[in-house]
Amino acid sequence: MWNYEKRLQYPVNIKTPNAKLAQFIASQYGGPDGEIGASMRYLSQRFTAPNRMVAAVLNDVGTEELAHLEIVSTIVHQLTKDLSMEEIENSGLGPYYIDHTVGIWPQSAGGVPFNACEFQSKGDPITDLFEDLAAEQKARSTYDNILRVVKNIPEVADPIRFLRAREVVHFQRFGEALRSVQEQLDAKNFYAFNPSFDAPCKASCEE
Amino acid sequence: MMSGNCTSKKELLQSIDQVSFAIDDLLLFLDTHPREKRALEYYSELSTRRNELLKKYAKFYGPLTIDTGNDSNLSSWQWMEQPFPWEQEGGCR
Repeated sequence: MWNYEKRLQYPVNIKTPNAKLAQFIASQYGGPDGEIGASMRYLSQRFTAPNRMVAAVLNDVGTEELAHLEIVSTIVHQLTKDLSMEEIENSGLGPYYIDHTVGIWPQSAGGVPFNACEFQSKGDPITDLFEDLAAEQKARSTYDNILRVVKNIPEVADPIRFLRAREVVHFQRFGEALRSVQEQLDAKNFYAFNPSFDAPCKASCEE
Repeated sequence: MMSGNCTSKKELLQSIDQVSFAIDDLLLFLDTHPREKRALEYYSELSTRRNELLKKYAKFYGPLTIDTGNDSNLSSWQWMEQPFPWEQEGGCR
């Protein structure tokens, strides 16, 4: 269950459209390390979390990612508003324009459509949490790549810096969640069994 | 709908964004540190502040959340009339 708030988690107010930047930044909506994949990954994985702490972190980070995909979509929307046909044709946005005009649609910067294979939900909390840690770092690297391109455009760079900083915080929280799982397992062999499948009771809801 | 003045509307929204973000960050911290006393106290303080600001915003400018719909003028459905956050022309551009 969710409630909507009619505001962005971080404000976006872009006054100068830029078709090329829109195409780059849209990757963080529906690209391989984008916010849709992030949100769907955590919200899917939470059902087999082995303890309440892991479920809470997955639930609440997955929810925050929904706010992030709205920020990225807003950036793309405002960057593609009031574009001239000349800019659309000369910027590389042409093929996207043919299929979507300037509607928001999830694809990578290279034009690959979003698909669920960009994330995993393995039903094994150690596997899943290591994926989540990697995912936060991959998204952080992508925001770094974007920032090298937009660093002199404050109206675009500011919200991107906010999103980048959140990747770092989420990485920290997932690290703590992983530690909570490992502390409930045998330190001599964390991989002796899958605590969400083989011995669910042993590691459930103590915290 | 009361239009109010743009500066105070913007300032109020900014205050809501700030206190809400502090809660966004704090709630993740509390998820992994559920007994941290100072964080619990800080949450309580921020949460009270956020609810006050959301009610105030609803009263003057319309609701940002469905829970504050009742704090705004109910002569029409302001939840719909409220601008979406990606719009610029509806705001103070």
